[in-house]
Amino acid sequence: MIAAHLSPLHTLFPNIDDWGEMGQACIDTLLMLGGSLLLTVVIGLPLGVLLFLTGKGQLHAMPKLYGALSLVVNVLRSIPFIILMIVLMPITYILVGTKLGIRGAIPPLVIGAAPFFARLVETSLREVERGVIEASQAMGATTWQIVRHVLLPEARAGLWAGVTVTAIALVGYTAMGGAIGAGGLGDLAYRYGYLSYKSDYMVVTVLLLIVLVQLLQMLGDRIVAHYSRR
Amino acid sequence: MIRFIDVHKSYRVEGKDIPALEPFSLEIADGEVFGIIGHSGAGKSTLIRLINLLERPSGGRILIGNTEMTALHDDALREARQGIGMIFQHFNLLSSQTVVENIAFPMRLAGNKDAKAIRARVDELLQRVGLTAHANKYPSQLSGGQKQRVGIARALANRPSILLCDEATSALDPQTTASVLELLAEINRELKLTIVLITHEMDVVRRVCDRVAVLDAGRIVEHGTVADVFLHPQHATTRRFVNEALPEEAAGEHLPYENVPGRILRLSFRGEATWSPTLGRVTRETGVDFNILAGRIDRIKDLPYGQLTLAMQGDNVDTALRSLREAGIEVEELAR
Repeated sequence: MIAAHLSPLHTLFPNIDDWGEMGQACIDTLLMLGGSLLLTVVIGLPLGVLLFLTGKGQLHAMPKLYGALSLVVNVLRSIPFIILMIVLMPITYILVGTKLGIRGAIPPLVIGAAPFFARLVETSLREVERGVIEASQAMGATTWQIVRHVLLPEARAGLWAGVTVTAIALVGYTAMGGAIGAGGLGDLAYRYGYLSYKSDYMVVTVLLLIVLVQLLQMLGDRIVAHYSRR
Repeated sequence: MIRFIDVHKSYRVEGKDIPALEPFSLEIADGEVFGIIGHSGAGKSTLIRLINLLERPSGGRILIGNTEMTALHDDALREARQGIGMIFQHFNLLSSQTVVENIAFPMRLAGNKDAKAIRARVDELLQRVGLTAHANKYPSQLSGGQKQRVGIARALANRPSILLCDEATSALDPQTTASVLELLAEINRELKLTIVLITHEMDVVRRVCDRVAVLDAGRIVEHGTVADVFLHPQHATTRRFVNEALPEEAAGEHLPYENVPGRILRLSFRGEATWSPTLGRVTRETGVDFNILAGRIDRIKDLPYGQLTLAMQGDNVDTALRSLREAGIEVEELAR
């Protein structure tokens, strides 16, 4: 404690008593982000592929299925995340056994972000040249082969850009989730920064979130550049 | 042999059937280079896609050898497609994969898991299309002509018996076009592969095709050997295509000959006749006089040909014409 009092951080932000709590909040945010991003991709990617394939004029155009999927995606995307989190609480409890903490935050984060990511996937797949798909059909490829060996590799750059945008949206969602018991940086900002008028907490958490978003964007841009071959 | 029997195709657009191809029957022999020429929108892309069923006909039957393509579905159709190579105007290569991976792709799709055998086949194909030095490049690092060579190598990977060329040279400059056409002709010769190509350039047909069909607004208006169609075009669309392939004067069709004395004739020489001094001999023997108004000497694939537009005068023009015809020269009298 004494060391902390002497540190330049303490001089800069005298109202922050426990930097360990801040560190834990960072880790919580990163865990929520990592877990929810992974599950969002696992659910959103196939959903996006399905949206693409069943879309108008595509390999397996099915207007009714597409319409239904599209509606579900739009509904989930139009509900503000904070409302979604509250509405989903019973389901969250059934899924993970708690409504609180990192585990409690992950189901609503995934349900909020997966439809968003699925749309981004659909859009990137539409960017794949129609001719390349046709050429694979002419070679006798199955739909699965086309998805696995043509669509996903050809759309890699766009898909990674989508993952980046989704990750950054999730950072925002986790911060929001903090307000209703999810923990993490958002929780600190809300409890100390807003409710207890300790603006130091607000400043530090926001700075940390900015750094996190910057890092995610830089990493994303690098991956996208690596996979851009046009 | 590829056979179309009473095939037609229409598209349903907003509840109405829009015909794309009127009913037609056509046979393409094994080992020939068959050209389909037409303007954009004439239905040639649809026609070539009927062969591998990328487009299903609205009626009629399509046979390749003894296989009724139109009866195939799913796995059987995919397997049949593996025996038909296809190349495209915009190459349609996988931009995320190297040249080697692109060429290996159809073999992988066909379930070939023997990496060594695949690599050996890829090397062999690279050599055939002259791209050994570019094996590990990505398509974006290649020129148009090189990309099309990759396309050709890829199309040949599974040793198909048929190669479909969808405007394969339309995006290339004249020099590259010539070299790609030469490669196609070589493949046709050496691998005895049947090639079906669609194009809007008569010059492409002239250089590589054995036979040609002319497509106009969904109808085959003319078909036959390239020499016949090229030297004696019957349909207005065909004539337009032939004239596009030549400087206007050489075709000798539209110049005003009102003031030229004598009878206006067009002489067509084919093969050996092109190189023998028949015209000189006949005019000497019959004493007719002639004046050359237009002319061209070139090749249709490997067949030399010549076509001269002449004004002929003298007492024995009819005798001269008979002698010319006897010597195997085709003579037409042009209306003024």
